[in-house]
Amino acid sequence: MAPIDTRIIKSNDISKDDLMWQIEYNPQRCTLCGKCAAACTFNAIKPDIERRRKVYSEGSEPKPNVKWITEPVIKQIVRTNKNCVGCGMCAKVCPNEAIKPVYNDKHRMNVKYRAENAESPKRGGRTNLHTEGRTLDKIKIGRISQMTDPSLDAQRHTFDLLAPFGRVLPPEQLPFVVKDGELEMEQSGPKTQWIYPIIIGDMSIGALSTRMWEAVAIATAYLNEIVGLPVRMCSGEGGMPLKLLKSRYLKYMILQIASGHFGWDRIINTMPEMTEDPAGILIKIGQGAKPGDGGLLLAKKVVRHIQEIRGVPKSDLLSPPNHQGLYSIEESVQKMFLSMNSAFKFRVPVAIKVAASTTSVSVYNNLLRDPYNIVGGFFLDGIAGGTGAAHEVSLDHTGHPIVSRLRDCYLAAVHQGKQGQIPLWAAGGIGMNGTLAADAFKMICLGANGVFTGKLILQIAGCVGNDYGKCNACNTGLCPVGITTQNRTLVDRLDVDKVAENIVNYFIATNTELKKLMAPIGNSSLPVGRSDALVTVDKSVATRLEIQHVC
Amino acid sequence: MCRIGAIKSKKYFHPVKTLELMRSQQKGHDNSGFAFVMQDLGGIFEGYKDLPTLSMACTNDGMHIAEDILHSIGFVRVMQWTPDIHPDIEGLNIRPMPNYVFEVFNYPRSYKYAPQSEKEDLLIDTRLKLRKALEEADEGYVYSFWPDILTLKEIGDPRDIGTYFGLWDENTDFTAKIITAQCRQNTNYDIVRYAAHPFFLQGYTALVNGENTFYEKNKLFQQSLYKGYIGFESDSQCFLYTLHYVNKILKWPLKYFKHVITPLPYDEITNRADRDILLKIKASLAHLEINGPNAMIGVTPDGTLFTVCDSKKLRPVVVGGDDDTVIITSEVTGINEVLPNRDISCDIYPTEREMVVIDNDLKIERWHQ
Repeated sequence: MAPIDTRIIKSNDISKDDLMWQIEYNPQRCTLCGKCAAACTFNAIKPDIERRRKVYSEGSEPKPNVKWITEPVIKQIVRTNKNCVGCGMCAKVCPNEAIKPVYNDKHRMNVKYRAENAESPKRGGRTNLHTEGRTLDKIKIGRISQMTDPSLDAQRHTFDLLAPFGRVLPPEQLPFVVKDGELEMEQSGPKTQWIYPIIIGDMSIGALSTRMWEAVAIATAYLNEIVGLPVRMCSGEGGMPLKLLKSRYLKYMILQIASGHFGWDRIINTMPEMTEDPAGILIKIGQGAKPGDGGLLLAKKVVRHIQEIRGVPKSDLLSPPNHQGLYSIEESVQKMFLSMNSAFKFRVPVAIKVAASTTSVSVYNNLLRDPYNIVGGFFLDGIAGGTGAAHEVSLDHTGHPIVSRLRDCYLAAVHQGKQGQIPLWAAGGIGMNGTLAADAFKMICLGANGVFTGKLILQIAGCVGNDYGKCNACNTGLCPVGITTQNRTLVDRLDVDKVAENIVNYFIATNTELKKLMAPIGNSSLPVGRSDALVTVDKSVATRLEIQHVC
Repeated sequence: MCRIGAIKSKKYFHPVKTLELMRSQQKGHDNSGFAFVMQDLGGIFEGYKDLPTLSMACTNDGMHIAEDILHSIGFVRVMQWTPDIHPDIEGLNIRPMPNYVFEVFNYPRSYKYAPQSEKEDLLIDTRLKLRKALEEADEGYVYSFWPDILTLKEIGDPRDIGTYFGLWDENTDFTAKIITAQCRQNTNYDIVRYAAHPFFLQGYTALVNGENTFYEKNKLFQQSLYKGYIGFESDSQCFLYTLHYVNKILKWPLKYFKHVITPLPYDEITNRADRDILLKIKASLAHLEINGPNAMIGVTPDGTLFTVCDSKKLRPVVVGGDDDTVIITSEVTGINEVLPNRDISCDIYPTEREMVVIDNDLKIERWHQ
């Protein structure tokens, strides 16, 4: 045999050991059906042939012979892009459990990718850095009604679980006059909607597959009309289907306008044909997953129907980080809020969404002092929020945890004596552990009027990604479960009716769980700001949030 | 559980009636104090209805502190009355203060032509000043400083408190037409005189049997609404402040108090003609909503007496009376004690959705929410 020349190994070559996900393949179990390779949307595996040297012996005495055979196998492709994302579709379709991705916690992709491609890695999902535990998991509902007051019965008592969406006037400014012992309205005030305290967060049609977006819309309508939960869904930046804009279901939708203004020409053109007002307008200034950064929809997802809805050609769609032309809070109130309010003749609440930041309290304070009373909600989005596409460096290294910031905003309002006047809605990792009700309840006790959640909705729908590097390929247009792709073949993997059903079921369960949390503390309406109901074993959390420290 | 009681009569009556009313309802360790507020005063106070009366319990030093403050502001004492106490009787379960002061004052001369609102402001400012000074020196407690109002709060067994102050001896000197009372000090937390019901502010009185589980959010909201909303030694003070805020500050009719503290569920509101008003109240005053089990008795400056419950009716209250007297109290046994011959078929057990309101002619109205 010829000597092996080790110089063929180049030190900078990428190897399987560098990859974040390694395919574990067992040829003994493989039936060579090819389903795994067909299912892999990332072309991370391929059918291949391996040359094998076999030494064998026949007869009663050892007499080694060598034969060379070729064996068909499934092989992982080793490269720096389009590599395995760990989505597990191969394992899902394999009839024999012959193949699966395995996480390589010693991977070097964060070095290799940048070094090879001169490009900042992008992905979807949420922060994957777990440098601290979840604050909400360290908090328990510790003030239980016993003896001093009775617990309520979650099954039998009635509960009022609605939250205001829209500007709430301070009592002394309510336009009331007393006539014959009755209060009467002298003039109408700002519009307030009473909605379920959990909003389905803003995921655009474009970021999501049209079918996925529709499934969420179907679930929303069902929750309202059949289940009786007034859940609202935010459109995300990217417009809405015309048919929905003209339908009575529009009243369940909060229309989002972000810095790219995508879809708004169609919304405005459709206004004369609208039969219902939308539930609200949400002006997106920032997003918790990538604060200070605008929306990002890569060209591969901008297919024909997305081009039509958004009114754009096929290209990367980057919303600017700022609303152009706005340079201060006061100015944004006067320009943007007034124009959005007046567009719907002040019948529709207009709220703002910002990324949680050390500046959040300043913004909230400022808006609370707005003399026009036209800011109808303050949506605060924390670092653990999700996104369809962002630079990984933004996802992992920019942002602010939601819990303390929400609390700070609430206490800032208390300090001004204006709590509740601009309803606080919090997001960013709410429901991250799968128990939305507990997270929502704790945030409400800390001062939120309600919460909004997006990423969880995708997981309910079948998203296979997690916060430990799995999949997170929403940006690629290759979503293996048809949720964040516009590829028809992939979208076919999504059972729209089943997705809607699962979302509805999840909300029904969550509604029960919210009552199961309210009943023990003896509350029949939402305990907004009832931080005395919360305890924590973590001293720093207790100090920071001003809740009781226990051990 | 606290028992609370209120007697309103066409004729002046002595506080012994409230002792009788409350003693019959006592259970276990309920008998830890006795406190009452008298409104529409008779006897020796009858001739001073327009002048502010100070109710205070203090040490000798505290007395000097208070007198100096009142003098410096310009108040001139018109009349002073001290209860005939019995410190010599041994074995009484009571923790008395050295002095109990009930003094009537003339307003400062500069207020001779002042509008009512300015006088009211002066009274609240003065009471807060007195309270602060006495608190800092730890020399006493000032309970009320308002025309036609007397307040007494004491720690101990109500029977012994009655004996100590000679309240068992009914007389015509020390009477009123409305007396609200409670026979229990705080048993959940430290015993603090200020934590004892009834609570009084600018003509409004409130006493509550219950637990306000929205205490924290009530308190955080109320503390910035009005200078007189202080203390918060008891979660029940929140009822008083909300009553005062709705009726006195916002000037809303009394019936809206119920809509503020126990707003109707959204679905019910939307089916009503006044839904726009009620939804605005529900949103704007969300932080004044109460939760938890509660039955409350309230009195307004014009002498209207009322009772109202939490939205689940988790604590008892009953209204009963005859031609001259109406009683609201926690348990019917109390009314039986004071008015054994009334027509019990007319007794009212209020529901969670109503306010039972008694006007000065003792006409009882049931206001459905």
